[in-house]
Amino acid sequence: MFAAFDNFPSLLIWLPLVAGVLSFFIKKEGAPRNISLLSSILSLAIVIASLLFSGQQHAGLNQVSYIWLPDLGSSFGFILDGLTKILCLLTAIVFPLVLLITNKDEYKNSNAFYGLLMLTQCGLMGVFMATDALVFYFFWELALIPVYFLSSIWGGDKRIKATFKFFIYTFIGSLFLLIGILYLYLQTPHQSFNLAAFYNLRLSAPEQHWLFFLFFIAFAIKMPIFPFHTWQPEAYEQAPRPVTMIMSSIMVKMGVFGLIRWLLPLFPLAVKDYNTGIILLITVGMIYVSLIAIYQDSIKRLIAYSSIAHIGLMAAGIFSLKEIALQGVILQMFNHGINIVALWIAADFLERQTGVTEISQLGGVAQKAPKLTVFLVIAAMANIALPLTNAFVGEFTIFNGLYQFNPWLAALAGVSIILSAVYTLNMIKNIFYGEVVPATTEVKDIGRTHILVFSIITLLVFVIGIYPSPIFKIIQESTALVLNKYGSL
Amino acid sequence: MPINYYILLSVALFSIGIVGVLTRRNAIIIFMCIEIMLNAVNVLLVAFSKMHHLRAFVADRATTVGTDAQLFVFFIMVVAAAEVTVGLAIIVMLYRNIHSVDINFLNRLKH
Amino acid sequence: MSKFVFLIPLLPLIGFLINGLGRNLLSRTAVVLIGCGTLISSFILSAILFKEILSKGIATGVITYFDFINTAGLDIKFAFQVDQLSVLFLLIINGIGSLIHIYSAAYMHDETVPHYARYFAYLNLFVFSMLLLVLGANFVVMFIGWEGVGLCSYLLIGFWFKNANYNNAAKKAFVMNRIGDLGFLLAIFWMLSQFGTVAYLDLFPKASSAPVTVLTGITMLLFIGAMGKSAQIPLYTWLPDAMAGPTPVSALIHAATMVTAGIYMIARSNVLYSLAPISQNVVAIIGISTALLAATIALKQNDIKKILAYSTVSQLGLMFLALGVGAYGAGVFHVMTHAFFKALLFLGAGSVIHAMHHEQDITKMGGLKKLLPITHITFLIGCLAISGIPPFAGFFSKDEILIAALEKNPIYYMLGILTSLMTAFYMFRLYFLTFAGEFRGTAKQRDHLHESPAAMTWPLRILALFSIVGGLIGIPSVLLNDSNWLATYLSPVISAHENEHPYVHLSHGAELALMIGLVVVIAGVIYSAMKRYAQATVVLESNDEGVSKFLSNKWYVDELYNAIIVKPINFTTSFLSRIVDNKIIDGLVNGIGRALQYSSRQLRLLQSGQVGSYVLIMVISIIIFFIFQLFWKF
Repeated sequence: MFAAFDNFPSLLIWLPLVAGVLSFFIKKEGAPRNISLLSSILSLAIVIASLLFSGQQHAGLNQVSYIWLPDLGSSFGFILDGLTKILCLLTAIVFPLVLLITNKDEYKNSNAFYGLLMLTQCGLMGVFMATDALVFYFFWELALIPVYFLSSIWGGDKRIKATFKFFIYTFIGSLFLLIGILYLYLQTPHQSFNLAAFYNLRLSAPEQHWLFFLFFIAFAIKMPIFPFHTWQPEAYEQAPRPVTMIMSSIMVKMGVFGLIRWLLPLFPLAVKDYNTGIILLITVGMIYVSLIAIYQDSIKRLIAYSSIAHIGLMAAGIFSLKEIALQGVILQMFNHGINIVALWIAADFLERQTGVTEISQLGGVAQKAPKLTVFLVIAAMANIALPLTNAFVGEFTIFNGLYQFNPWLAALAGVSIILSAVYTLNMIKNIFYGEVVPATTEVKDIGRTHILVFSIITLLVFVIGIYPSPIFKIIQESTALVLNKYGSL
Repeated sequence: MPINYYILLSVALFSIGIVGVLTRRNAIIIFMCIEIMLNAVNVLLVAFSKMHHLRAFVADRATTVGTDAQLFVFFIMVVAAAEVTVGLAIIVMLYRNIHSVDINFLNRLKH
Repeated sequence: MSKFVFLIPLLPLIGFLINGLGRNLLSRTAVVLIGCGTLISSFILSAILFKEILSKGIATGVITYFDFINTAGLDIKFAFQVDQLSVLFLLIINGIGSLIHIYSAAYMHDETVPHYARYFAYLNLFVFSMLLLVLGANFVVMFIGWEGVGLCSYLLIGFWFKNANYNNAAKKAFVMNRIGDLGFLLAIFWMLSQFGTVAYLDLFPKASSAPVTVLTGITMLLFIGAMGKSAQIPLYTWLPDAMAGPTPVSALIHAATMVTAGIYMIARSNVLYSLAPISQNVVAIIGISTALLAATIALKQNDIKKILAYSTVSQLGLMFLALGVGAYGAGVFHVMTHAFFKALLFLGAGSVIHAMHHEQDITKMGGLKKLLPITHITFLIGCLAISGIPPFAGFFSKDEILIAALEKNPIYYMLGILTSLMTAFYMFRLYFLTFAGEFRGTAKQRDHLHESPAAMTWPLRILALFSIVGGLIGIPSVLLNDSNWLATYLSPVISAHENEHPYVHLSHGAELALMIGLVVVIAGVIYSAMKRYAQATVVLESNDEGVSKFLSNKWYVDELYNAIIVKPINFTTSFLSRIVDNKIIDGLVNGIGRALQYSSRQLRLLQSGQVGSYVLIMVISIIIFFIFQLFWKF
């Protein structure tokens, strides 16, 4: 029924699923890990192939719809358009990098671990590509539940509390989402879950208003937007390394993606009414979390809070309803995903070398590990959007759109740029510079795998930062469509 | 006989059953009371079935109206029988284990 | 030739990459060859370009390489603009940069090879950013270079990264620059929304169509950017702290090039400023205030590099004064002459520090005249140049600024004179305390005193030469008619300074009289400095009370910033983190969880295990349902 492999979307769904199930049943030492790595590299190849075969003449390769539940009006429909391609590319790049970097790690029941990880990948791909609300919801949960198990089984000391909080938070969001989807479903003329049918709905203003909040809260929790953010630092701190990387790099993008694909086109009236208020909330939230980040002593929490600020900027860009900002957001989703992985890898490396995650207990690492320092400084500079790094292009376009929307809000949001420099440089200064302290006397520099992974990331950082045009070409496919309902308002 | 008598009989039986279930502590007696309640329903079903059937029978001799209620009665009797077998077996097992069929001792479900 | 323009920034970038990536593989010689070689080649290319511009007399040429951001109505090209202004800056940057590279080869010789290579890599990266900044054909490319120099400054100030104070200074520089950068960025967005473009050649012709308020806003925001980069009030405190870096870095970044980026930016957008008189006034006022403030602080400093740093801030203030009164050419002129003599002074100071084994306190120096002859002579030339003694370079540029200021507003002129006098005083205080009198350091230091190697003294000689003759390209018309070559050269890019309603209109005679009078007064100041400091065996000045204490503590500005900005922010962050986030927001979330747990504990009591009570509840519920059904029709 769904198993026709003549198109990219189904390959991207099935490959990680099959790899995941295979991993579950192979007990042989190391095999699950290799299967996962292989499958994730193949996924990357598929996504790259889909980038090569884009355009009208290859529409059949990039869009499919299989009969799934005809009685319910739901079909197994996927599409690879501009927005989706970028996110699938991100997923497909990050998974092999993460698996490479954690290749030496040993996990109890590694077959289950890697199986769940692959299921997560399958879920993420499904979320990004779905063109059917039920399928979207299905994969939304599919991406969430394995992460819950991964964190609560293989996580840190306080994992139960942290994961439970994470789960409750996102699950409540999911329920809101489900209610919203079901309501929309009942409104469609022929009872369909199809995205196009949803887009064609003509909802009254009051309906849009409360539906808007159902969807918005679901996505806001996922991103997260202040004040729904408190699950994130704890979850990042407690989840096992690869999971943290995937959560912060890809999973938070589910929320941003949801805003673009679902919220904006579905409820134009409500978005128009609320966007100023929401941008204000987000901007204040950005400054708030940036200030908190300055205070953090734990590297992981610092990265988490910095990520919340960056995601906030993306959300603000989306609500500015300017095409330029929207394109910037899509690019920035990719950039942020890449950059934050580099930060996590460095943080993780330090934790393993020193056993310490407190910034105040580190120092002088630059003398012990110069290579790591170089890569981390590059990643940190990308994190604070220095020109010629990828994040500059993204944030520049987002800020530009935000400025067009409201100069004062843009200026306010700009304060977070300064604050981001403060906490990032604080971190670099305290960890890498200064004299060697007891915790760091035994630190060794990074090995080949790390250099390879960091080099790939660095390359992406600069290539996109210097010549972003090809990526903008891909993105352009889908942004006009998102905003076309706003033209007449 | 007017239907009222049947209803009253049934209500009386049902009330006896409820009061029995609520007040008695012996599991076997509670069991019997439940049976009484089931049979009160059976009586009512049969009575109404007969009544409806008679009314339709006058118009059409081949009618089957009302007979389905009696089917329910059989169902109930079968279910009750099954229940008795399982229930009595449980009670017997309980008695063997704790030498009592007093339900006030049997509050371990809350744990 | 213009085909090869891209090589000018590319060569230093290549040098950066080779030295940066190969820092563990290359030998010391290779590092120097790559570091200096790329820069000198780049300088030669710039010189050829300069010659071409001179001979052809062409206006401007924009060379577009690729689309940087071209989407959704935003069209930003990665393009270079070759014109008189940018080529002039290319020469300054590459020329002084090359000299400083050569100087550094000897100065940094004590570093181990990887750090040595790292140092040259950073320097090359810095030059690359600076070249990008001046070559950019639009504000975004300029911004790329702008932030790039900020980054390099951060890296170089914190070059000796083991020292926590240096790292703090580096951080301070970066953050203060970032504050300015935000202003610049907002200006770019404003220009984009107002004009739809940020390319100079498209934007400037459209400028006059925009309302004055908009132009004022844009220029003010741009000026905020310039304040950060060029160390003006209130964002100047990073520059004196930036002296933590190696001395050649101070010479290159914090005197000759990076800090002039703000001047370049305003000179580049002179069209906009000329249309926004309010901004011009603000620029002039901030400029002259900074000049004065920094000069007063410099009077009482004892650290050789700090004095030079404050003098840089002060001179930058004068340049902004020039820009503010509309004399853009004079500002650029002063940038150039200042680049010569300030690089000279810093390198000379470096030579002194090198000889004194990293002693920077001038009260512990003295009598270096005989032991460091070349350093001494060149330093003296630098001091004369910065004090504005003819015919040294500083005289001409400073004079042009002061005359322009006088025509705009005599108060600016008076304050400018005051600044000049103070400059002469503190520079010669520095000079006499360092080079004249008796040596006041330890015996051990005296034994080590030696003149620096040739790689350090030759750049000093060359810079000294330029400090002497550099001013001749802008001789005012009072002295020689039609001899202000620089003004003619820059005229295609910079709208001529035309003051339609000057407060004072000077005849040539009056101008000449003022000029001579000023020189005489300055000479008098220098003489008084000599009287006071030339023979000082022990420095008797006490900085413990009154004005001197106030000045030697730099007006307590750092303390003020600490009290009104840093402390409150630190307090807020800890308050937000500990109280708001942990207690209130997270508390709310956890509170909901706890409430649920509590209620479940209470509700659990209902489950007693007593079958009887369950049944009772069932019966009661059924009865209630019946009652509802019967009596409560709904």
